Amino acid sequence: MEGSLNMVGYGLAAIGPGVGIGLIFAAYIQGVARQPEAQGRLQTIAFIGFALAEALAIIGIGLAFAL
Amino acid sequence: MSYVGTIVKRSEGEGFHSPGPGDFNLPPVGSDNTFEFLGQTMYLGVTKPMLQLVLAAGLVFWLFYAAAKKQAMVPGRLQYVGEAGYGFVRNSLGRDVIGSEHFMRFVPYLFALFFFILLNNLFASIPGIQFPTMSRAGMAYGLAALSWVVYNAAGIKKHGFGGYLKLQTVPPGVPAPMLGLLVPLEFLSNIVVRPITLALRLFANMFAGHLLLILFALGGEYLLLHGATLVKPVGILTWLLFVAISFLELLVQFLQAYIFVILTALYISSAVADEH
Repeated sequence: MEGSLNMVGYGLAAIGPGVGIGLIFAAYIQGVARQPEAQGRLQTIAFIGFALAEALAIIGIGLAFAL
Repeated sequence: MSYVGTIVKRSEGEGFHSPGPGDFNLPPVGSDNTFEFLGQTMYLGVTKPMLQLVLAAGLVFWLFYAAAKKQAMVPGRLQYVGEAGYGFVRNSLGRDVIGSEHFMRFVPYLFALFFFILLNNLFASIPGIQFPTMSRAGMAYGLAALSWVVYNAAGIKKHGFGGYLKLQTVPPGVPAPMLGLLVPLEFLSNIVVRPITLALRLFANMFAGHLLLILFALGGEYLLLHGATLVKPVGILTWLLFVAISFLELLVQFLQAYIFVILTALYISSAVADEH
């Protein structure tokens, strides 16, 4: 079987951030649904959380090419 | 593979050669001397990302200078946009994150950082330039090192060196035996790892986005020109996806600039926070 082990590693590494980002935005949607006035404040926190969780997946794809 | 190797192999047309990190190694403008570093061919001389960095700095300065020059009471269009941009950074990135006491000292740095990173990221979408400068890792690490110096210096200036280290590494309300485990961990996490992840997040996002765009463009071209007849519509589909992902990349560029600056502001605010 041919292929790159790096990409298999990236595929496995993307599971965690995928679940994490889903959880973050689920919490954001629920929070806005309960209290629509909080949307502005919650949006900032949601985007910070999204970027922090996404960083792991992005480090994965970056290192998959570099190493 | 190296840049030159990529070009030669691609023009020979034997199969599809997927893009790699060698595609980011742009040749210099002018002199052609090369040297080897860790197996990659490095170019001596001024390269396009270097010129883009200088261009971005000049453009940001010129745009905001032109916006602020008139200082009319009722702003014209350019002044309004400049004020909106400055107000965005000062209010939602400075005051809301750092707090209304100390934020004004850091707003010039955050403001310059935000628009500098934003313009450098947007260079990936501007036709003619089409290369995100932050996809060269050294540039992202330079900015992260600057942010590291700023937040550590702010903390040391406020609390003194020992007091600042204590603030960062000793969380409040922890029993003494656990401190032996926690202090090195907190030191690593707050002082060593933060600039690395700050830079790596920006660099890897720009690198991966640009790589994706190259892949879709070259893949579509290969499918259209060298694929079997049944496969040619997939080439068109690939190019449509290329357009869609370009819009996604615009969003990612804004988001990454915003995240870099808001995380810097968060680190500054945790460094100048009052002790419990």
